Amino acid sequence: MNVGNFPFVIAALLVAFGLYALLFKRNLIKMVIGVSLVETGVNLFLVMLGYRSGGVAPIYTYAPEAKEMVLPTPQALTLTSIVIGLATTALLLSFAVFVHRHYGTLDVRKIKELRG
Amino acid sequence: MNALASHAPVLLVAVPLLGAFAVPLIGKLGRGARDTFVGLIVAVTAALAGLLAANFFAGSGAPSVYVLGGNGFAIPLPSGMTVPIRILFEVDGMSAFMTLITALVTLTGAYFSFSYWRERSGGGMYYSLLLLLTAGIFGMELTGDMFNFFVFLEITSIAACGLIGFRVWLKQSQEAGFKVMTLYTLSGLLVLLAVALLYGQHGALNIAYLASQIGTLGAGIVDKVALGLLLTGLAMKAGAVPMHMWAPDAYGEAPAPTSAVLVANSQASLYGLFRVLFTLFGVGVSIATNAWILIVLAVLTIFVGVTMALVQSDIKRLIAFGAVSQIGYMLLGVGVGLVRRAALLAGGGSLADSAAGLDYGFVAMQGGIFHMLNDAACIGLLFLTTGAVIRASGTRDLNKMGGLAHKMKWTTIFFVIGAFALAGVPPFNGFASKLLIYEASFKVSPFLSVIAILSSIMLLAVFVKAFQGAFLGSKTGLADNATDAPLGMLIPMAVLALVVIAFGLFPGFFIDTIVTPAAKALWFGRDAYLGAVLGGG
Repeated sequence: MNVGNFPFVIAALLVAFGLYALLFKRNLIKMVIGVSLVETGVNLFLVMLGYRSGGVAPIYTYAPEAKEMVLPTPQALTLTSIVIGLATTALLLSFAVFVHRHYGTLDVRKIKELRG
Repeated sequence: MNALASHAPVLLVAVPLLGAFAVPLIGKLGRGARDTFVGLIVAVTAALAGLLAANFFAGSGAPSVYVLGGNGFAIPLPSGMTVPIRILFEVDGMSAFMTLITALVTLTGAYFSFSYWRERSGGGMYYSLLLLLTAGIFGMELTGDMFNFFVFLEITSIAACGLIGFRVWLKQSQEAGFKVMTLYTLSGLLVLLAVALLYGQHGALNIAYLASQIGTLGAGIVDKVALGLLLTGLAMKAGAVPMHMWAPDAYGEAPAPTSAVLVANSQASLYGLFRVLFTLFGVGVSIATNAWILIVLAVLTIFVGVTMALVQSDIKRLIAFGAVSQIGYMLLGVGVGLVRRAALLAGGGSLADSAAGLDYGFVAMQGGIFHMLNDAACIGLLFLTTGAVIRASGTRDLNKMGGLAHKMKWTTIFFVIGAFALAGVPPFNGFASKLLIYEASFKVSPFLSVIAILSSIMLLAVFVKAFQGAFLGSKTGLADNATDAPLGMLIPMAVLALVVIAFGLFPGFFIDTIVTPAAKALWFGRDAYLGAVLGGG
């Protein structure tokens, strides 16, 4: 199936939405969602880089003859990046839990012990 | 011995990494076993870094390549072209220099930690995070592969934020942890996006191969976007103003022994920035533009860091802002070098001759790079003394403490040494490197020197204020039951103080043996760096 440049547009939109949430949302959880969205956008971009229209999975066993394969490297990179993303999101969320425990709020405007 | 030396690059990452995951298991045997094990791992790592550096600096100075999982790294294509595909570690003068800094800081930080956590409960996972951070920093400094660089960058991010927020009972540390993790992740994603763009454009991840592609084809618009993303991401992770908001929180809220390791982490990002500017984009883009971006960042960082330090009343945050300002001096030295390098390249001058003739651009590079080592030693010393001060006085507020000099004579002496060194007072090491930066930046613009010198003087004022607040004055109630730091804390401080004094008294020796090869690796080592990989294997 030919998808054209559509996935790249989606990736850019995801990054843009993520940055918007990160910069303008006041809730810590929503900021984490923003970070996660940026991450997803970058991952989608990586996968798309290796995609070839009509390509098959890059596995030689049982591969159909004379079929184009998608690039395996970006997929490996994306997997690594997804695992790293899991760790960062988990760490961010646990910080949010502890912040809520100490300050009783998730509103960044009320969490300001560290200023200046 | 030779086999060990040749495998040192990968062992530098593998030993702390395995150590990090073994610590929780060893910890089941008790605190003594755990401390012995961590001490051993850290000592072995430092010895390996020393071996790697000694081997390199005694050798011919040619970059060496370490291939993971195979003897050769290149596959010949049917067209006859060879592409490096395996994962590589590449050691040149700059990498070897950086591993020395990291080894010094982690060694003293870890040994200080043993006394630090002895008086508190817990601390088991703390050593896991510390070793993980060490492994990540070494990886960033040694890797020859862009994607691996990103992976190690993220390892340091996660481990560093784990350390910053380790003390979950302190509300400030949780706030700092969230803030720093968000910005670290963002900077990591910018780097990843740049790596993806470079991969899409050139179909490779190897730094040397990418650099040769950019050099021969010239940087296209995609490469320039990638350069912009790398610059932003790495400057953010290094804590350059205006992307420094996380840095004082990180250094200030982390447990005292790790603040210095976090500074080493920032320096590793700075190393990445230099690698990108000198090797990856050393040819094919407008170098002068990059150089002036660095200089603007540098001046802002120096000035804002010092001014913000002036108004702090929290001793740790004050020193944290001092640490931010020092990043600016390194950027200034290397930025001035880059300006001169661009002019020399445009004028057709020989870079090797200019280095031999101690051209001011090369001297600026020497100053900037030497300052990385000096800063690691004296800021490390200051953070450790701060840990001892907070332990004794029970507060971080300078207005509430006082008179500690009556009870803590060794800590006082070490604090004074560190403060003078950081403010660039002779005969300590900060003076040696800052003088090179002042002189060289004067040739580009007197304005740069004036800002740099003025900020150093202001930094001295900052430390006079901190010294007066914490150490001088009558024996107030707070200081009465205070004792000097235990021997386990004093020895790491003494080691760093000795380093500070040695570098200050014999700067010529250290510049010749370790700083000059590192500066040369950036100044004209690009071809050798590329040749080591592309020459075959």
